[in-house]
Amino acid sequence: MSALIENFDAIIAGFWSTIRLAAMSAVLSLLLGTLLVALRVSPVPVLRGMGTLYVTILRNTPLTLVLLFCALGISNTLQLNFDVEDPAFNGYWLAVLGLTAYTSTFVCETLRAGVNTVPMGQAEASRAIGLTFAQSMRMVILPQAFRAVIAPLGSVLIALIKNTTVVIVAGYAEAAFVMKDMLYESAGTVVMVFLGFAAGYMILTLPVGYLTGWLARRLAVRR
Amino acid sequence: MSTGVLFDAPGPRARLRHNVLTLVGLLAALLAAWFVWARFSAAGQWDAELWKPFLDPEVWTGLILPGLWGTLSAAAVSAVLALLFGVVFGLGRLSDHWWLRLPSGGIVEFFRSVPVLIMIFFAQAGAFAIFGYVMPAFWAVVIGLTLYNGSVLAEVFRSGVHSVARGQSEAAYALGLRKGGVMRLILLPQAVTAMLPAIVSQMIVLLKDTALGYIIAYEDLLNAGFRVVPANYGNIIPAAIVVAAVYIALNLVLGWFATWLEGRGRRSRRSAATPMKADPVVGVPPLGA
Repeated sequence: MSALIENFDAIIAGFWSTIRLAAMSAVLSLLLGTLLVALRVSPVPVLRGMGTLYVTILRNTPLTLVLLFCALGISNTLQLNFDVEDPAFNGYWLAVLGLTAYTSTFVCETLRAGVNTVPMGQAEASRAIGLTFAQSMRMVILPQAFRAVIAPLGSVLIALIKNTTVVIVAGYAEAAFVMKDMLYESAGTVVMVFLGFAAGYMILTLPVGYLTGWLARRLAVRR
Repeated sequence: MSTGVLFDAPGPRARLRHNVLTLVGLLAALLAAWFVWARFSAAGQWDAELWKPFLDPEVWTGLILPGLWGTLSAAAVSAVLALLFGVVFGLGRLSDHWWLRLPSGGIVEFFRSVPVLIMIFFAQAGAFAIFGYVMPAFWAVVIGLTLYNGSVLAEVFRSGVHSVARGQSEAAYALGLRKGGVMRLILLPQAVTAMLPAIVSQMIVLLKDTALGYIIAYEDLLNAGFRVVPANYGNIIPAAIVVAAVYIALNLVLGWFATWLEGRGRRSRRSAATPMKADPVVGVPPLGA
């Protein structure tokens, strides 16, 4: 227990970095994921192909490789950086880039599954009463689709929070980085350290699960 | 609902719009491709020297294939152990006895909400600190993956058993079977058919997560292809492309297998359970969803 108390400030700083990474990546993944799903359900074959190609590549590559590529490939080899002068800032945005590129594919697939939960009759009926494509999407399909994906999007967000630990390979210090230091340096307290950090992650992930589960139940479309 | 139903057959104006969008899309793709190509050649990553190692059979037999074996063996051992873990705790959670149900539920929820990486760290550091045992990276990876994927599979098993129509167990009880018999003879055989696609999807997650072994220097495909090869030939970008291609190929094969199983399960009339579509991220949708 003492190890946790002594390093309390470092631990809080680590989890604060985790939260900042997760929050920024969540917002950007939602935006990129929405754009990707628009490509993937569009009537234009070229756009569909581009969306599918991106999703297939990023979804089947391990996140470790994606983040390593951001750090070693994009930053070190290709010399594309956000700000070379400020390593912490640069590391943060490279990590966000990797997490967003990876997570947005899962957001895209979740949203697409949501559109698929809306029964075919809904789209046919809205066309039959003369709604245009945009109108039927806006007023009939998407409102039902969004309500169906609240809980799955919650799981994506939980996975994202847990995935921030992998950022360790990109050299940005978040909670797992702090934990690794504490584990391998001070023996004897490993169990407390592990339980402490596990509790930290549970405090971040469990409320997300309960909140989205509750919202999904409240807003579920009765069929 | 297939996406084709979302829009009508295009009229003249829509066709024009589609053509414009096609053009814009192609231009954007070309621009992106040109940008990548230009940056790569500015960094000299198209040099034949950097790609040559991947044409050398010895690089494959000496580094990449042993790495692939490391990835596949860790994935296979974790998969078997995770299935066992899932069966034990999934059935434990379905038990009528609170002293079995509550601890199983607690364990499953705990390992599902803790990141795999910190379990891997703890397995390695804990084994040394508590037992003085230097744990090989292989077992640390296997333990981390087993605990996490096992908990997810426990939930898959539980929802699989729940997905069998209730009339099945009622009929079985009416015939005079006891609890164990109902589970073993009636529920599980039908649930397995429904669960298979979700289990295979979870195997994809597991296979991808073996790459976490890189962080504790486990000699897997990522380590061999993305640390050792570039360290010798200085070809970080070609190495990333080749390693990613191998992972993508492996996962696509598993993914097709899952889709095929799902289609087969949907056509089959031998099970009263509806096939479960796996959540691509966590295996099963959260409860109440």
